[in-house]
Amino acid sequence: MKLAVLVNEGPYTHQASDTAYLFTRAALEKGHEIFRVFFYHDGVNNGTRLTVPPQDDRNIVKRWTELAEKHKLDLVVCIAAAQRRGILDENEAKRQGKDANNIAPGFRISGLGQLIEAGIQADRLVTFGD
Amino acid sequence: MTMLHTINKSPFERNAFDSCLTHVKKGSAILLIEDGVYGATQGTAGATKLAAAMKDVAVYALQADVEMRGMQGRLIDGVKLVDYGGFVDLVTQHQNTQAWL
Repeated sequence: MKLAVLVNEGPYTHQASDTAYLFTRAALEKGHEIFRVFFYHDGVNNGTRLTVPPQDDRNIVKRWTELAEKHKLDLVVCIAAAQRRGILDENEAKRQGKDANNIAPGFRISGLGQLIEAGIQADRLVTFGD
Repeated sequence: MTMLHTINKSPFERNAFDSCLTHVKKGSAILLIEDGVYGATQGTAGATKLAAAMKDVAVYALQADVEMRGMQGRLIDGVKLVDYGGFVDLVTQHQNTQAWL
């Protein structure tokens, strides 16, 4: 089945980002297709490559990146939520006159239309949040 | 239409649990995840409401979250434990998923 995932909570907040990741991994292991993982609200903070969690803790951002690489996942960060929270890719950094970008590998920045499309195209949309 | 309802917050913290129980329809299912598993704690007001709902609705709890909180053996009877694969199966078996946040 084709599934889409919506993540509305940042990493290391409560548990939503962890649950979303473990759910996504389990769905892939069962042979389902993940149409897209959309990061909205504080969830966009899952997409910064600058996090440096302690070595004995899980690396939430890296975990998403690795899962995306392994399964060619489409990890989409909401542009409006990202700009408010300082998540920028190269293009956006240039466009906004910022001196750096911080988007993590495997993530891309796009609009809310991508969430709507995921809701239409996927058989199920599963929300994880705060 | 069968719907899977997920609850991820304790009934002692938010009213998502009560809202869900008010709206859930016969034949649907509730999956307690994260702090939502506290909703099935024996002897609590929430558990009484949940037990009443269980006449019409199947109730599940995510095993990893139950164990993480040391709640195994402390939940009311009839709550079925599932792993993440079981969570995925519940999503695919129901026509829709509603997350009560």
